Amino acid sequence: MDIPRIPLGTWIENGLNWLTSEYSLVTRGIARFTQTGINSLNDGLMWLPEWALMAMIALLCWKVASLRLAIGAVAGLALIWNLGLWDPMIETLTLVVIATFVAVLIALPVGIAAALSERLYRLIMPMLDFMQTMPAFVYLIPAIPFFGIGSVSAIFATVIFSMPPAIRFTTLGIRQVPVELIEAADAYGATRRQKLFKVQLPLSLPTVMAGINQTIMLALSMVVIAAMIGADGLGSEVWRAIQRLRPGDGFEAGIAVVILAMLLDRLTQSLRKTRR
Amino acid sequence: MEETRPVKIQVRSLSKVFGKQPKKALELRNQGLNRSDILEKTGQTLGLSNISFDVFEGELLVIMGLSGSGKSTLIRCLNRLIDTTEGEIIIDGENIPTLGEKALLECRRRHFSMVFQNFALFPHRTVRQNAEFGLEIRGVDKVERQKTAQTALTQVGLDGWEEAYPNQLSGGMQQRVGLARALANDSSVLLMDEAFSALDPLIRKDMQQELIQLQSKMQKTTVFITHDLDEALNIGDRIVLLKDGEIVQIGTPEEILTKPADDYVRRFIEGVDRSRILTAESAMRPVRTTARDSDGPRTALHRMRDHSIDSIYVTDRDRRLIGLLEAEMASSAIEAKSETITNHLTQDFRKVPPEEPLHNLFAMFSDKSFPIAVVDEQQRLLGVVVKGAVLDELARAGEQ
Repeated sequence: MDIPRIPLGTWIENGLNWLTSEYSLVTRGIARFTQTGINSLNDGLMWLPEWALMAMIALLCWKVASLRLAIGAVAGLALIWNLGLWDPMIETLTLVVIATFVAVLIALPVGIAAALSERLYRLIMPMLDFMQTMPAFVYLIPAIPFFGIGSVSAIFATVIFSMPPAIRFTTLGIRQVPVELIEAADAYGATRRQKLFKVQLPLSLPTVMAGINQTIMLALSMVVIAAMIGADGLGSEVWRAIQRLRPGDGFEAGIAVVILAMLLDRLTQSLRKTRR
Repeated sequence: MEETRPVKIQVRSLSKVFGKQPKKALELRNQGLNRSDILEKTGQTLGLSNISFDVFEGELLVIMGLSGSGKSTLIRCLNRLIDTTEGEIIIDGENIPTLGEKALLECRRRHFSMVFQNFALFPHRTVRQNAEFGLEIRGVDKVERQKTAQTALTQVGLDGWEEAYPNQLSGGMQQRVGLARALANDSSVLLMDEAFSALDPLIRKDMQQELIQLQSKMQKTTVFITHDLDEALNIGDRIVLLKDGEIVQIGTPEEILTKPADDYVRRFIEGVDRSRILTAESAMRPVRTTARDSDGPRTALHRMRDHSIDSIYVTDRDRRLIGLLEAEMASSAIEAKSETITNHLTQDFRKVPPEEPLHNLFAMFSDKSFPIAVVDEQQRLLGVVVKGAVLDELARAGEQ
């Protein structure tokens, strides 16, 4: 007896094809808009002389975190500059910044809604599990028919892959506000809105920041992988090194990624700690 | 007398069932089943059953009961932090359980301020911002709410701490912030949910004292929840005693103590640790000198001079106290060439039995500064209490 194979893949493909043809106008629009954003941020950052950007980053590190981090940042960035990886580094940074921005923009309202509604919570949590455990490469495939080869597709895949922690941590942060504080707000006649903005959100801020930190880290790992679909940056340096079997180049680009990751991580973490 | 006072809140046959089929639980209760039977049969808890009482305008009503008696549920039903199952709660003509969402918010803002057992201060707000919270929620403008909050903070003795954060304060001070938040709101009713229970005993006594003082100044209608009988007796104008979600007795502290409604209340009162209650005996000093009724005025005056006192207690031969002789009276008796002092005695002094609670003695000192005489049942003079001794004794009890 033969059990026919379930044509799951065909269904998904049909669905994606339908989406692509029906909404091509929308996706093209988004692609153009996003590409403009990427280009202007890229151009802006590259227009600045290397030393000027380094100085600004160092100042930011010093103000937000510590002198130690500022010194570390200068040393790391100087190494990247010296290795000739400055421009790819800027391209990667741009992708991370834009992808994180979009991810957080979606994640915050969704996370808040999931925290306040039990039904939405039950609906969203399995979706997040799906988004996080699906191998990251798989997102790259449908991204191409939607947005074409290049950075926009990379951002699309990155947003989907990196959004879950921001949603999860926002929901968690709001849910773990002590009941007695909610009770106190209620007792004084606070509306839902007042409760959210005066009590729940301020108290969940440290947790939300931890989620954003996670999102940035995931975004960085994804934009490197996204080199496979033509995203510029440090990822494409690694990709090229693989194709030409040049481990030295590969490690150089890899080390640049590590430096960028550490810098972003320390910076966002200290941002979280300076808040009360 | 009490019945003529205006009623602020009327609670009528209030019940609360925790569970999914509350109607069924109430039906069973009406058939005469008790709390544990209902829990066994339906898996639901009868939190409150058929509660009726009034809160009078300006009084401090204590709702007291052990844990599980339903007192926390009851106070939360008043401002509907918990929805009731049946019954009425009427404040200024509004029935709280049937209010719509908007009207409920309005009612909470206008009528209720709440002080919580674990303070429930907002850790991300300064002391001042915490005190402003209720006003901010009501949309009072910034200048005015700062002013009101400042007044409230001054009232509770937190001047100079406005910019501190709650985690920088001790427990007692944190609860003062909680109290200031409630006072600044200027609602018509103050709800205090075990407000002092989380504080250590010394600070707790202070806070009780301060609440009594504030209360005498402001006459704010207050509902105070506690599990501590001492506290209830100390601060309450009236006490509602709860047991297993039902009212056992309502009355003034004196009524509860002298006319306990049933064995439960009686056992409760006996449970008060008597050794901790200070009496006149504990602060009493032996009398240094007394005069006899047979003494002449010169002898009596001489004794007063010897001990540098300006009044002397006079006893008969069985040491029974018959009066007090002031130095002036002794002098005038000498001038009048009187041979005895018995006609010159005054009865204008206070005498108490040895078991008189110490805090009652305070009020007695206010008029004249004669030492208070401590006498036994046969009117024999056992000793005297002077003002300083009362303070000493209270202070020492506080240290223990």
